[in-house]
This record gives sequence, structure tokens and C-alpha cells, in this order.
Amino acid sequence: MPSTHDWIDSPLVVIEDMFAASQNSPNSGWEAKAVEFFKERLKEKDAHTWVPSLNDVPLHYLKPNSLVKFRCLIQDMFDPEFYMGVYETVDSSTKAKTLRCGKYKDVTECGVDFSSTNTVTAERQTFYCVPIPGENSWVKDSFAASSQARVIPSTSYVPSRQKRSYEEDEEMDDMDAQPQKQREPQSAGPQSPSEHLGNNDSKRLETEAPSGSTVSSSHINLNFPLPGEKGPSCLVKVYENWDCFKLNDTLEVYGILSVSPALSALADEKEASSGVLDPTESMETAEEQRVHSPPASLVPRLHMLYAAPLQHNNPLLPVISSADDSAFLSSSLGEMASVRAELLSYFTHVLLGDALSAEYLILHLISTVYSRRDVLPLGKFTLNLSGCPTVSSYTERLYQIIQQLVPSSYYLGMSLQNMNHMQLVPKKDYVANRLVSGALQLAKNTSLFLDETKLEQGQLDTTGVRNVTALGNLISWQKVDYDFSYHQMEFPCNINVLIVSEARSLLPSDCQVHVHSQVVPSDMEEYLGSIHIHSQAFSQLNKLRIYLSVARLLDYSISEELTKAVEDDFVDMRKDDPQSISAEDLHRLLVVARLLSLSLGQTSLSRDMWLRAKDLEAQRTSRMEQHTCVNGNEP
Amino acid sequence: MSLNRHVFILNVHLINICDNEPCLQTVQPNEVDMSSPLMYGTPSSRIEGTPRSGVRGTPARQRPDLGSVRKAPQVDLQSEPSAADGGAASEANAGQRLVIWGTDVNVGICKEKFQRFLQRFIDPTSNEDENSGLDLNEPLYMQKLEEISVVGDPVLNVNCLHVQSFDAELYRQLISYPQEVIPTFDMAVNELFFERFPDSILEFQIQVRPYNALKTRNMRSLNPEDIDQLITISGMVIRTSQLIPEMQEAFFQCQVCAYSTRVEVDRGRIAEPAVCRNCNTTHGLTLVHNRSVFSDKQMIKVQESPEDMPAGQTPHTTVVYAHNDLVDKVQPGDRVNITGVYRAVPMRVNPRQSNVKAVYKTHIDAIHFRKTDEKRLHGVNEEAEQKLFTEDRVQTLKELAGKPDVYERLSSALAPSIYEHEDIKKGILLQLFGGTRKDFSQTGRGHFRADVNILLCGDPGTSKSQLLQYVYNLVPRGQYTSGKGSSAVGLTAYVMKDPETRQVVLQTGALVLSDNGICCIDEFDKMSDNTRSVLHEVMEQQTLSIAKAGIICQLNARTAVLAAANPVESQWNPKKTTIENIQLPHTLLSRFDLIFLMLDPQDEAYDRRLAHHLVSLYYQSEEQMEEEFLDMAVLRDYIAYARTYISPRLSEEASQTLIEAYVDMRKIGSGRGMVSAYPRQLESLIRLAEAHAKVRFSEKVENIDVEEAKRLHREALKQSATDPRTGFVDISILTTGMSLTARKRKEEVAQALKKMIQAKGKTPAMKYQQLLDDLRGQSETAITKELFDEALRALADEDYLTVTGKTVRLLA
Repeated sequence: MPSTHDWIDSPLVVIEDMFAASQNSPNSGWEAKAVEFFKERLKEKDAHTWVPSLNDVPLHYLKPNSLVKFRCLIQDMFDPEFYMGVYETVDSSTKAKTLRCGKYKDVTECGVDFSSTNTVTAERQTFYCVPIPGENSWVKDSFAASSQARVIPSTSYVPSRQKRSYEEDEEMDDMDAQPQKQREPQSAGPQSPSEHLGNNDSKRLETEAPSGSTVSSSHINLNFPLPGEKGPSCLVKVYENWDCFKLNDTLEVYGILSVSPALSALADEKEASSGVLDPTESMETAEEQRVHSPPASLVPRLHMLYAAPLQHNNPLLPVISSADDSAFLSSSLGEMASVRAELLSYFTHVLLGDALSAEYLILHLISTVYSRRDVLPLGKFTLNLSGCPTVSSYTERLYQIIQQLVPSSYYLGMSLQNMNHMQLVPKKDYVANRLVSGALQLAKNTSLFLDETKLEQGQLDTTGVRNVTALGNLISWQKVDYDFSYHQMEFPCNINVLIVSEARSLLPSDCQVHVHSQVVPSDMEEYLGSIHIHSQAFSQLNKLRIYLSVARLLDYSISEELTKAVEDDFVDMRKDDPQSISAEDLHRLLVVARLLSLSLGQTSLSRDMWLRAKDLEAQRTSRMEQHTCVNGNEP
Repeated sequence: MSLNRHVFILNVHLINICDNEPCLQTVQPNEVDMSSPLMYGTPSSRIEGTPRSGVRGTPARQRPDLGSVRKAPQVDLQSEPSAADGGAASEANAGQRLVIWGTDVNVGICKEKFQRFLQRFIDPTSNEDENSGLDLNEPLYMQKLEEISVVGDPVLNVNCLHVQSFDAELYRQLISYPQEVIPTFDMAVNELFFERFPDSILEFQIQVRPYNALKTRNMRSLNPEDIDQLITISGMVIRTSQLIPEMQEAFFQCQVCAYSTRVEVDRGRIAEPAVCRNCNTTHGLTLVHNRSVFSDKQMIKVQESPEDMPAGQTPHTTVVYAHNDLVDKVQPGDRVNITGVYRAVPMRVNPRQSNVKAVYKTHIDAIHFRKTDEKRLHGVNEEAEQKLFTEDRVQTLKELAGKPDVYERLSSALAPSIYEHEDIKKGILLQLFGGTRKDFSQTGRGHFRADVNILLCGDPGTSKSQLLQYVYNLVPRGQYTSGKGSSAVGLTAYVMKDPETRQVVLQTGALVLSDNGICCIDEFDKMSDNTRSVLHEVMEQQTLSIAKAGIICQLNARTAVLAAANPVESQWNPKKTTIENIQLPHTLLSRFDLIFLMLDPQDEAYDRRLAHHLVSLYYQSEEQMEEEFLDMAVLRDYIAYARTYISPRLSEEASQTLIEAYVDMRKIGSGRGMVSAYPRQLESLIRLAEAHAKVRFSEKVENIDVEEAKRLHREALKQSATDPRTGFVDISILTTGMSLTARKRKEEVAQALKKMIQAKGKTPAMKYQQLLDDLRGQSETAITKELFDEALRALADEDYLTVTGKTVRLLA
């Protein structure tokens, strides 16, 4: 076992060996071999769990230049940079020349011979990555718990104790004592909100920054899409195939951690000699400097060896990378119907005894944009739950329940304050040369919970109108137009939007369900009080989580025969009453049928399912009509 | 010589790292820090002394853009031919084989070749605007030199493509070693110039500015191989810095004996003389700033243009340095083509350590700027940026165009996810191609509109918005706005203070931005009247007049408008006319060439096909869809190619058919006493026929084009201008807002009213309400209050009566 850890603790040694070996045989393609080596190693059983993750291990426990992994979202892409791929060093005493490899490193060794003809300039790309926005605490805890990495506090780390208060010191000692399993107490009960940990994290960030450099952390905005996010962000250096990565992709990056203080010393130096008009330095403004070379203690550099795109970020599921994992999916098909029944009764309870709304909520939670036809996203299913009670923060409770079930989610109360002041759409800041993130820069399959019961009277200003338009675009086209000041750029997205409102939402939606409360208003308070997040047993909860993620990953098809049947059905319906069903209704019906089949673990449409879908829709529309009648009498 | 230079460089480097005072310190030649990285650029960014031109009298000007320095050793070409160039290797002694160190450039041969190029190059087919006014059959660049002698602007822009077609080897050298070759060109051109025009006086010697190097077009494809080469990239300026004065020559004065000396800058650094040459005092020299020579420099940030970007990635940016007269040539927001030398400089971490952050900082030293959107403001008829097509692509496109069913193919490739509405898609397809631009400004009519405007109206949920979205995504210069959210200024232009420069700038709105493109306006009916009124000018004259905040101008807005409107009553009322249904002013409606109704046809066969279409849309695999339809990229290229290269003209035959068609249209109406066609309709027909010819890649409009235009026009009219009361097509619904039958009815009521009043005899004043009731009692058909009011107004116009408040008085 210890030997296997060499490639985790000091991957650069492995790479340098390969590089040295390649010098005798040119064109050996050592670079590809090196990447292959790490890929092979990681394929071994559980090997990836030995690699410490930046997501759950504090940075100062990680050894510099060791292999780490990072579960992240590409928030911004910086310009490509040229670096010395191969360079020659001259020993100052012996004058002996050695060839060195500059790949996967930020800083060269001493005594570089710049005039050497052996220098090879190569290109690499930098991505600014942040932890997956809106990732729920149960996901984080569960990932942390499954990690088997042996983390030993790095020897180079000397806590600057004099700066900490006594109280914090104790906490730190606490953690120092058992660093490798520091999260265990919390992870045992994922229900407990990670308040305590969150606090710790923020303190670490604040206290560490001064120890790393003189630039205070308050100057550095880590540019998280959602307010109040915690965690490290990272500059990931990509060496090959950077074209295949896209903005907002979620990845698990395996790479070599680089926290060389020399990187942040740059900013230090800058301060001291700001008077110098060096042509190379005047290229960047101070802001740009700050953004593109933040202190490494705050934003570590990660030299990517290998990155696996994440299909999902549910820790309870194996990483789905290729076809061989479909075995897992098919194995879980049998159980799905029973889990669904459980989930349905749970949601019915939560939605005040309304089974129909519960059905639709399940369909919504497993929906995903599976394809696009020119501009039309297929498979999206934005749900508008109208008629939600406004008492005792019902909507917040509902969100908390969803939060417990889906891997990542975000609650956006549509208050006037929020709409007028929040930045939803990412915007390019040309001064700092970066994309300033907005709340709509979300990873795929994130649940966005829009709470319209928070609406209040008042006027939307320009920002507000723009934000509402952006939300409308997101729902209708599943795209966000990023603001590049001189032009807009369209980024497709895949976000599940759930709108809860009292009456029909002001935003468009694919489907509106009016919640029929079976609960007498007088009992409401008490009833709501009984909806506990803890009402489900832990293992039960995990089952539901797996269910929701699996249903989304399933493939789906429809047979020739049923295509025909659906067509006939449509024609018949139109014959009886042309007003009864429009093309749009058929669109929706097809989506509902798809989701309904998948929710029951059936990967192709059956006649039975089609009828059930029609039945559901009929129930829903009849309720809508009733509701509009009721509304008509009201002023 | 080269060794000396080496040591010198190292010394200067020392200066910088030892002291924060910029660039000034004593040189101690012995303290050479061999390990220091600073002064080495990338391997090939050497310093070369620029060859000195043999021309005397006119001062040479430094070219900071090439990073070269005209250094002190004055190499006289005549007396010292073997050392013609500062960097010429001295080991090669045969004069003709001399090449500049590290390159294969021979100064003599290179010079000769370039002079030959200047004297002989002719490009009869040139259509660049730079060459307007020049005789294309004479050597092009000699004419330009003549221009220089007259105008006195000593800059010669040279198109690299010309060099390439003249001498590929010379072109290769220019691209690979711009630092050495361009000064040689300078030298060559100056010799030639002063030979020809010995008496002309220029501010400084002529500088050659090559442009249009084919090396690189896209910022994304810049890679390490491009370093120190001549490249051309396109992009958009996003930031410009303030002017940076860069010292070119420092002036030193000895504090002891007032002896003065000048030192030229060497790569941004100046070596302060340690010892006064006059009195031998050490460290006695001080810099006198205001006697030193500075040059201008500006940092410009350029961002990739949105068209060049792969989907899902963010745009790249590059730093560009502009020097001397190129400073302030471009403003943020400009689209430019930049030709320059790509450079890389290693970054350092800490000068006190010798560790280097193993990264190069890259920038481009600009030699030439060319704004690509400049022409849009001047109204030149060409497409501003000419899209380049590869031979293969053109071949595929032409093949496609040769197919007999290309029109059907293209229209079905348009928005495949939207079902049927074949005619609407065909209309939009023709809109994408547009008519031919004609200029009648000589005869006072100005430009004729070539763009086809289309209005879609119909029930909500008939995928109008989707069509608009598709078109917006398809065309390179499309804009999408919603009538609900846009204001008049948002569509036209507004004046704002630029946060960077604090200048008042004109920000253009959607209509101007979609010049030469298509402006998609959704929810057209929800637009405020004020906003809509700006469209009148745009949709016929295709210009926008602006007079605000002291800025009075007319902008081009040659945009095709694709609008979508919903009926007022949310559901289309088949009993009403188009105007009544969408409540838009007829002045605006008559500016649309085609008005389509997107209604739900209620018939079984249609339903079946629709259902099949939708189901397959949802469950067909990606590959199947690809097979069935043309790729969006092919369609886009096809349209771009046709728009750029094809401009069909009417054939004799076709114009006859058009005339007949128009006369026929007029005839239909005249039988029933109404006008059914106006010249505007004829123009529409011509535009549509031209567009259809473009679809076929035909330079001639033929009968089939006219037939299709007629058919489409008729279809659209049938849908939108049918009088619901009579069932006839009545163009006056669109042109005057009222159908003929409605007008007749109005007259009848007025006459009936008059008769009734006359029958009443001598009653000079009547009650309004009573009169209405009486008339209602008399008439067989229902008389609405509006109709009654109209009748009263008509009578008042005849001076028969007046209406004051609630009483009606007879006149006369």
C-alpha cells in the first residue's frame, strides 16, 4: 500500500522520471504515457478515494505538489498562456547543463539558461473553477465521509498563532488533533446542518489569507455564483484538449496542487515597486493582477492530469462515466416503482394532502433537458405550484425538503429587494478581465426554487426588469444570455426551475398545478409543524436521493407502434373538439408521458403509461378550469 | 560586435533589478549576472539595429512597433557595404551571401525584390476601398508613393496578399522575420521614393505597414509557433489605456561641467553613463526629462469577436501595443483587424530570486489597424466583412444550388422543429436572402429597400416566437427584442456617458446593430405607439435620424424586420380584418412585404402530420435528425455566400411578367370599384423575385422567380387581406386600414341619417341620443354608436350639421 501512495504524494517525481527516460528516446510520447499512468492508477478499485479532495480537506493540510482532486464547475476561462515546457538549467558551480520539464509546475528551478536552444515553449489554458454552486450539505458530507485519503498536516504549514484569538485557537487544535477524519462527527448525521463547519471554513479563509501574503482577503472576491457560498476556488491549468471543456461544465479534476508562495509574492513585489514602469507589468491593471494571480494560499493552482466530467454529483451513485455503468442503472429499475410510491406518499403529505401536485413534483424533479432541436430544448419541465399557503413559511419548509433530496439546489425569494439588487446574469468585467458570476450560472440539473410568495408591491427598476427577463428566458429556452457589455452571448443551461406562488406565476412555465389543500386552515400551523425534515429515516432518505438521480439518467425510447397510437389519439381528440388540445398540449403530454414512464423505471413508453399521462393532464386541466372560475368571482 | 551587444544588454538588466528609480544607474560592466532571466526574450526576439537608409535629409523615425532601435553606429551603406545591417554576420564575406543572423534574409536581395514589387505590382481586379481613385492598370504602389509625395503622410500600407502573389518567397520571409524584413522594406521604399521625388520633404522617412497577413485569422489559433512572426487577427477592442510616454532617447547633463550626452533607449531600458566623458567625474550625470525624447504608446485590449467563438466558451483577449501615430486610432467597441508582431516576454516572480514563473506574457506590437465596421457608417454597398469560404465549401454550396428542389430543401431546413407553415418558412427564407440593392440617388429617389419585411400574426402558442428565435440564431447579425421590453431609444440609439473616457457617446440600439441583418421583434403589438413610430423610417427609408444631446446624425439601418404580433382579443377573430385583429396602424402594416397568419388549421390530415412530427421530434435520435435536414452551418454559409456574391438583375422576360402581374392585380379590384394593388406591392414582388433568384444562385431573375414571388405574395394576401364580410381579397384593408365594404357601409349610414333629418323638417337642433334611437328604429341593420358617430362626422364634413356636446344643430 505505501508504494501506491507515492504517486499521490509526489506525482511530480513520477512525471520527472518519465521525462528523463524519454530524453534518450525522442518522440516517445511520454506526456501521453504520464497521463495514461495516472488514469490507470485511478481506475484501480477505490483508488480515487485515496486522493484527498480540495472540497473537504482544508488547504493547509494538503501537501504541496501532491495529487489532489477537486469537484468543481468551470466558472471562467482565462486566456491561454505560454510557458516553458522544457528548459535547461545551469548549475552555477559545475556549469553542468540539465534539461528539465516545466509541465505541471508554476515555477522553474534555479539557474535557468534562457538562451538555450533546447527551450520548448508550450501552451496551456487556465480555468477558474469554483465548487459546484448550490451543492447541498448532505452531498458534501457524504463525499467527505467516503474519502480514504490519509491527510497529514503539511510540515511546511506553520499556523500563525499570534493572530488568532484564544477561542479560535482551541478549535484549530481540535482539528489539528485529528485532521484525517475531521469531518466524521458531522458526517454521521447528515441531517444536522453544517453550521459549525461552515463557520470554521470561513474563519480559516479569513485567518489564512494574512499568513499567505500581505494582500488582505477582503480585496479578493472569489466570484462564487451564489451568495454565501464557501469553499476553495481554484485556478486549474489544463494541458491538453482544453477545447472540449465548456463553461459551466462540472468536473472532477485530478491534478497536482501548487501553492508556491512565489506566486503570490508577485502581488507583494508589485506593491513595493509600483513606481517601476516595466513594460511587462503595465500590461495588467491592479484589478486584473488581483484576479488572475490571487495569493496561492487562497486560490491554489491545480495542474490538471486528468478530469472526469461529472454526469451527476450524487455521492450515493457510482460515477457514471461510460456504458459499463448502465448495469447499475438497470439493476435499480426493479425497485423504482416501490420507492416512487414512498416518495409520492411523502410528497402528498408535504403538499398538504394533494396527491396530484405530488405526482407533478416528482415528474419535475426527474426532468432534464436531454436534447435540443435547433433552439428548442426538449425534456424541460418547469413546474408552477400555485395556491401555496403563505402561512408560517411553508415555502421555505418545502425548499428544505427538496434540498434534502437533490444534490444541488438554490432558493431564490423573488422579493423586490432581491430582484432589483441581485445580479442574476453573469457579466464580463473588462477592467479585471473576468466573468463576474451571477446566480444563474448554475451547474446542470441544479434545482432552482423560485419563491413568488415573497413578491411584494413596488416597482422593478432596470436591473429588476432585466432579471425577470433573464428568468423568463431561462425557463422558456433553457439559456442565459451572458452580458459581455458590447454584445451578449448565449449559454445553454439545464436548470430545473420550480416556481411556487399564490396565484398563477408571472413567469412562464411548462405546467401549472394548483395545490388543493386537504387541510383545514385552522390546523395549518400544527400540520406544518409536523412536516419535519427528519420525518424520514436516514436510509430511507438515501433511497429517495438515489431514486431521483437514477430516474434522470435513464434512457428512454418509444416504439413505432406507440408512435402510431399517439398520433391516432391526437387526431381523435382534435376531431371531437379542436380547442381541446393544441400542439403545445401535445408537447407537454409527450414530456409528461416520458417522465411518468421514467419515474416508474420503464425505459419505453407503454399504452398504459400514455393513458395515465393523459389522465394526469386531464385532472390537472380540470382543476385549472375550476380554479379560474373561482378566481373569476373574486375581485 | 555581437558580443559587445550581449554584454551591454546584461548590464542594462542589472540596472533595473538593483534600483527602483526607473532605469537609471551606473553601468558596471563586470557585474554580469549570467543567471538573470530578464534580458532574454524568447529565443528569437533579438535586437537588430535597423538598417539605416541611405537617404539623407529626412530624419528616420524609430519604429517601436518593431522593437528595433536605430542605434548610434551610423552604418554608411556606401562606405561599408559588408556591414550593411547591424545584425549582419561578419563571418560571411561574400557580399551577396550575407544574411541577417538567425534568418535567411539577405538584405540586398530582399531590398531589390521589394523595389521590384513596388515598381511592377499591378492588380487589375482590386476592389479595396484604399485603392479607389487609383488607376488599376498602373503599378499600384508607385501611385501610392506619388500620393505620399503629394499628401506628405509618410506611411505606405502594403497588402501582404499582393506580396504573396508577386513573390511567395519574399512573403514567407516577411511573415517569418518581420523584425528584419520590414526595416529592409523601409530602406528600399525610401531609396525608391527619394530617387523619384528628390525634392519632396517628409516629416520623417516612409514607413512600410504591411497588413492582411494570412498567417492567423483567429485569436484562438495563436500558438507558440507564432511568436515573433507577422500575424493578422480580428477582434473587438474592449479597452484602451491612456497614453504612455515611452522614453526613446534620454538626455544627460553632467552636474560638474554641464557636458551633455544622449543615450538611446534599448528595449525599454536606458544605460546611464557612469563617467562624464568631458571631465571624467563619476556619477555626475543627471537626467534632464524635458530634453529627452519620448514616443507615444498605448495599450489596447482586444477580444475575440463573437462570431469566431466556439459555443460554450468564453472569448479570449489579447494585449496589443500601439505606437506613435497608431495611438488612439481605435476606440473600445471597434471591430478591427490588427496586423502586428506577436511577442512573448517571460514573467518573473521575484527579481531577487532567480526563480521564474515559467510563463510568458504575450502581446502584439501593432503595425497596422484596419477597422472592419468603418464602412457601415459610410453606407458603402458592400458587405463589411467578407466571409471567406474555402474552395470545398463553395463547391458544396454550388452543388446544392444546382439541385432543382433547392428552394424546398432550404425552406424545410429552416427551423425543422416547427411544423408545416411551408409558405411562412419560404417567406422567411426569401427574407434571409433579401433582394438586390439598387442605388437611385442620382435620380433623387435614393436607395431602394432591398430587405423584405415580414409580419407574423396569429394565435398565441403557434410557435411564432420559436421561429423568431431560430432566425435570430441563424443570421450573423441578428437582434432579438421583445416589443414589451423595448423602448424607442432601445431600438434606435441613445446618448450616454462612457464610464471609461467620460465622453458622450452614441450607443446604438437593436435596429442599428442589425444593419445588414435581421431584427426580430416579438410581441410587436405590445409596443408603445411612440416606439413603433420610429419603425416607419427604418422600414422604408432604412435610415435612422437622430437628434439628441447635440448629436445630429443619420445612421444606416438596412435591416429586415421580422415581427410577430398577437391578436388583441388573444384569439384570432376570423370575423374581423387583420387590422382590427392586431390593432396596428395601417401605415406600418403597408410596409410589410408579407403578412402571414399563423392559425391553427383544423383538419384531420394536418393533425396527423403534426402529431407525427412532434412525436418523432421527441423520440428520434440525434443522428436521424441530422440525416433528414440540412446542417444549420451549411444553411448559414449558403445564405452568406448568396448575399455576398449574388446580385441578380431582372431579365427582360421577367420584367414583362412582373408588369403583367401588377396590371392583373390592379384589374381584379377595378371590377368592383376598388384598388387592389399599389406600387409598394410591385416593389415587394420585385424584391421577392430577386431573393428567389438568389436562392438559386442565379444572376438573372427569371420567370420562375416571378411566379414564386407572385404565389407567395398572393398566399400572404389571401391570409391577411381578406375582407371577412365579403370574402374577397382587399388590399385597402392593409393600406388604408378599412375595407371597401366597410367604407361603403359608412356612407350608407350617413345618407340614411341625412334623409331622416331632412324628413323631420324644420328642427334646427336635435338631441344626440334621440337621433341615434330614431336611426336605430329606422334601420334594418344594427347601428353601433361608433358607426353613428362616423356618420355624424361625415355629415359635419359636408357642412350639413355640427355637433356640440349632446346636441346636433343643422347648418344653413
